[in-house]
Amino acid sequence: MTRKQKAMTSLSAAPGIVARDVCKSFGNHLVLDKVNLTAAEGTILSLLGPNGAGKTTMVRILSTLISADSGSMRIAGHDVGTEPDGVRAVIGVTGQFSAVDNLLTGTENLRLMADLRHLGSEAGRRRVMELLEQFDLIDAADKPLSTYSGGMRRRLDLAMTLVGQPSVIFLDEPTTGLDPRSRRTMWQIIRELASAGVTILLTTQYLDEADQLSDQIAVLDQGRIVAEGTPAELKGRIPGGHVRLYFADPHLLHSASELLPAAAPDQDQLALQAPADGTVDSLRDLLNELHEAHIAVERLTIHTPDLDDVFLAVTGTHVIGRPDEDPITQGAPQR
Amino acid sequence: MTTLAYTVSDSRTMLRRNLKHQLRYPSMTLMLVGLPIVLLLLFVYVFGGQLGAGLGAHDGRSAYLDYVVPGVLLVTVASAVQGTSIMVAMDMTGGIIDRFRTMAIARASVLTGHVLGSLIQVLVGLAILIGVAFGLGFRSTGGPIEWLAAIGMLTLFAFALIWLAVALGLAAKSVETASNTPMILFLLLFLGSGFVPTQTMPGGLRQFAEYQPLTPVADTVRGLLTNAAIGDHAIAAIAWSIGIALAAYLWATRLYNRRRAAEPK
Repeated sequence: MTRKQKAMTSLSAAPGIVARDVCKSFGNHLVLDKVNLTAAEGTILSLLGPNGAGKTTMVRILSTLISADSGSMRIAGHDVGTEPDGVRAVIGVTGQFSAVDNLLTGTENLRLMADLRHLGSEAGRRRVMELLEQFDLIDAADKPLSTYSGGMRRRLDLAMTLVGQPSVIFLDEPTTGLDPRSRRTMWQIIRELASAGVTILLTTQYLDEADQLSDQIAVLDQGRIVAEGTPAELKGRIPGGHVRLYFADPHLLHSASELLPAAAPDQDQLALQAPADGTVDSLRDLLNELHEAHIAVERLTIHTPDLDDVFLAVTGTHVIGRPDEDPITQGAPQR
Repeated sequence: MTTLAYTVSDSRTMLRRNLKHQLRYPSMTLMLVGLPIVLLLLFVYVFGGQLGAGLGAHDGRSAYLDYVVPGVLLVTVASAVQGTSIMVAMDMTGGIIDRFRTMAIARASVLTGHVLGSLIQVLVGLAILIGVAFGLGFRSTGGPIEWLAAIGMLTLFAFALIWLAVALGLAAKSVETASNTPMILFLLLFLGSGFVPTQTMPGGLRQFAEYQPLTPVADTVRGLLTNAAIGDHAIAAIAWSIGIALAAYLWATRLYNRRRAAEPK
């Protein structure tokens, strides 16, 4: 069964992560408001949201670091509230801040984890070697961490999480601050873990990351789940894409906007945003129409729907500080 | 394995980690071990002639050496526990403590590892300082029993101060704070019988000096190693040590078990 199929049959499979009505306040500030999450075994669930949405708090609660004010949660069948040590024995957590020991070498960090997981001397040594190899850290294994690059530290961090072969993994913004190549390496590792049957909850503010990795996405905004579904389902909930046309002067913009009443003009940018389904034919028709009306278009950008549109559609606001996207969609900010 | 076996195994793992830290952070370890030696040399060779004359001995400097060594042994303890605070604060402000907290390990092992690691560092520091003191001509009247008792007293007091340092390290918001707060121990050392007899101090200060915990400890160790009178100082020293250890232990475990209420950053 593929991961996608597993996600679809999530009701019948033994769930890796189930959270019901989780609430948490810090002082008067309600950080999580009746959050429900479900991740079937061996699937990837992304918790997507901007800074301050409550993603990290949710991970800290699920990983037994802090307790919820109310709600119930089970991780691989263990109740988070009543059997925290049962939960801790099956989970692995890679937080937002690197959780490595800077005064030890890579090997020593992994050995430390093996010892704390009580793997025993021989099995521990084997597991450490395996992970050094799997995470491409053999050459740096006995070097101090001060010589490690950001990507290497992140890989070591994740390798430390995996020493005890957890069945559920929490990754809090696993690729924040990584260069594009390290990011793709990390994605590959995450995919491999899921296909090996590990349940993964990852938080991200990178829309393309959630899109690339997830079986299910839950959009978190100000402590509430505002949308949920597969990446395809979420994309289906929003209108199609659009073409953004830029003009040399306001007169051209005005004529074009009379010609295309369905499009929204943007006077500041001298641009016109016209709905488009993204096919070559519709684009050709649009350009032909403008050409025949002798309206010169300076340039254009094509925008296919992405998760930012989902966010806009369900929360009414944009995600601030969008990460590196396809250059073609990067044009001017939409209204 | 039983729960106890896990606790022992996890504590040993953490101790190993802390001993490695001491070796990997040699600048700090050397500074903490070196400071008492520098102070000993300073007090014996710079101030010692004059201070020794005040003790009324024929050879002032060597009489002062005999007087000050127990005080500098306490400096060694205070210096080492400053390292404890720094190491604990480094752990607590870094990401690794969260990793430990999400693992099914004996919770106390993180602190136990720090305490045992610091005790070992204290004992090594004391051994080095005693070696230097003898090299400078320190004369002890104590036999093996007195020496064992003195080391025992210092270890017990170190144990108390280490727990205090652990608590201070846990309470500190930053590593800088953690490295500064134990400085008060140094001040207390000077405001006691560590470097000069309290009888030479003016009224109010003298009373403070006689009733603060470092004085009975210094006097007990001095009495055991040289011929000075101990009196009821030993009982006071042991009582102070146990009291501080217990209070600091409770404070430290409370701070440690308190789950952080707010988000980081």
